[in-house]
Amino acid sequence: MMLIVLGVFVGGTAWTVLFSFTNIKIVPIFTPSEWINGFVGTANYDRLFHTDRWMECPALSHIGQADWQLQCRGALPNVVTYAVLSIILSISIGFLLAVFMDQKVRLEGMFRTIYLYPFALSFIVTGHVWAWILSPEYGLQGSIRQLGWTSFSFGWIADRQMVMYAIVIAGIWQGSGFVMALMLAGLRGIDDEIWKAAKIDGISTWRTYLQIVLPMMKPVMVTTFVIVSSGAVRIYDLVVAITDGGPGISSDVPTRYIYQNFSANLGQSLAASTCMLVAMAFILIPWIRMEFGKKG
Amino acid sequence: MGIKKFALGLALSASLFAVGAAKATDLEVTHWWTSGGEAAAVAEFAKAVNASGDKWVDGAIAGSGSVARPIIISRILGGNPMAATQLNPGKDADDLIKAGLLEDITDVATAGDWAHILRPASQLASCTVDGKVYCVPVNLHSGQWMWTNRKVYEDAGLKPPQNWNEMVAAAPALQAKGIQPLSLSQGWPVGLLVNDVVVALAGVDNFVKVYKDRDLAIAGGPEFAKVYQALDTVRKFVPADKMVPQWNEAIGLVIQGKAGANIMGDWAGGEFQVAKMVAGKDYDCLPGLGVTPVLDTGGDVFYFPKNKDPAVTAAQKKMAATLVTKEVQVAFNLKKGSLPMRADVDLSAANDCMKKGLAILDHSKAVFPGTIQMIDRDSLNQIDDLNTAFMADPTMTAAAAQAKFVDIIKKAPK
Repeated sequence: MMLIVLGVFVGGTAWTVLFSFTNIKIVPIFTPSEWINGFVGTANYDRLFHTDRWMECPALSHIGQADWQLQCRGALPNVVTYAVLSIILSISIGFLLAVFMDQKVRLEGMFRTIYLYPFALSFIVTGHVWAWILSPEYGLQGSIRQLGWTSFSFGWIADRQMVMYAIVIAGIWQGSGFVMALMLAGLRGIDDEIWKAAKIDGISTWRTYLQIVLPMMKPVMVTTFVIVSSGAVRIYDLVVAITDGGPGISSDVPTRYIYQNFSANLGQSLAASTCMLVAMAFILIPWIRMEFGKKG
Repeated sequence: MGIKKFALGLALSASLFAVGAAKATDLEVTHWWTSGGEAAAVAEFAKAVNASGDKWVDGAIAGSGSVARPIIISRILGGNPMAATQLNPGKDADDLIKAGLLEDITDVATAGDWAHILRPASQLASCTVDGKVYCVPVNLHSGQWMWTNRKVYEDAGLKPPQNWNEMVAAAPALQAKGIQPLSLSQGWPVGLLVNDVVVALAGVDNFVKVYKDRDLAIAGGPEFAKVYQALDTVRKFVPADKMVPQWNEAIGLVIQGKAGANIMGDWAGGEFQVAKMVAGKDYDCLPGLGVTPVLDTGGDVFYFPKNKDPAVTAAQKKMAATLVTKEVQVAFNLKKGSLPMRADVDLSAANDCMKKGLAILDHSKAVFPGTIQMIDRDSLNQIDDLNTAFMADPTMTAAAAQAKFVDIIKKAPK
């Protein structure tokens, strides 16, 4: 067991990090001597952050000039946009859905199934469906124009500035039901006595949710956050299915960059992977400390 | 089970195995030829290999080369090699050869006198590393073609354009009628268009000087400025929301008369043939965009990954020899729309475009190496990324794009 953990998980990760400092191209290398021969320091990272496709920010030296604005483009800023929006929105929407389900609605089982259904679809399927819906020619825009509203415009996936938001919509559609299921389990775990006590004290329902129930659900919240955000950081299939990085490279994401470099410049690929590992560590370490730290 | 019975069973199974080995060897062949015409061409190979006594096991990978290449390479690296695989010649395979993962087929090449019967020499040369031959070239593809629908221009009262500049000049009249002057699809066709424009407008010499000799003065000079200005024109003709997802859809727009022209390799000719259009009458094919009539010499080749089973190795070599025989070359290339590797075959059935291509091929000076034969895949990917971004981003100026291009060429490993 220990061997598997060390060899497969730690070993694989360590290899990725170590060999991101070498000039390997397409054939992977494994031995220390090859590592020493191929060592290039931080050259891969240097190139990575000078690649427009990875990250392109306005020059800091121009701060204060009239047309300067903080707007970064590229795979890394894209995934940040996607992660922040999809985490916030899918957790809030999922929570609201869970609260709705918690009102002892009729046909709860049916609603629960419907909300959870998108999660049963793979991202590739979700992506293709949304690619059609969002397509300016054939999708929503086309059909509403055919109904007579000819000035209606919804061409987000062909718009460089808006395309990431289009992908966020599809991501939320897929992920909210899953968040709801987790949250509902959390809500059901709240003791009825607490509700009765709140009722007796005359606290309104929404305040009970917000100020009493929500803080009590902290463990569920944190777990949900970790699952949703790790999913958001490694977003790949959804982008490939909806836009394949287009228009141009404006909806590129790190995983796509990693994959495309894999058969041309492994060093680049590993450097990019390492950056994503660091991003994951930022998400996971606070959680690990919270979950396992209190025992010690 | 008695020991005698067991021994008998063992002997029986051993003899069965022996018979099996003497019979057809399964050869799994991976490739990315999945469109109608391509699949028909591959079937010719399969037929020939089966006729030679082995069994072709088709391992087609749907999608383009950029989808299939990583899958193929990772299978070879992962120790689960196929018997033969399509792969573009050039620096792609060099690393695999260095790692000793590909079979040396020099003996087959010597026996078949490939050095003399296959042309152009550059194609076999790119299969050759340190004097040893590692792949068999099966056809020649060229990407420098502009395809125009004559009817579209005639209906607009124009003479069908015979080169790039006439196409650009005719554009306003088409746009006034709501017809796209040029169609374009996303992904690799953008890179192909860029290369074609480079070769046509900057010229072959400058193209080779920049990509092979890394001449930064030319890359940053007026010749390449013309190239990026032309690309600026293209992105005005085809804004991001007019790009179609697949190359054959872009050709389809030309066939249907919704677009005037498209720039694509000779494989697009197959689409016109399927639509029952006649070259020179319904459509024009203009090599080198009609400006500089030249063709590159990229092509498809098959590599044979090293295998542990000697029966497979023998069958691999037999297959290599089969693919370049006269009959197979004709049957395959007629279906594929590509040019055959041998000059001594009968191509009376070829269409006008193919004959134009062969005429250029005979004047081998007009033939030049493809990009992957001059520069590494990593740098090509970066150039592709730059051009893809430039085509979709109206805020990037032609001059800025050119500066970035120079930077990539400067950093490319020699």
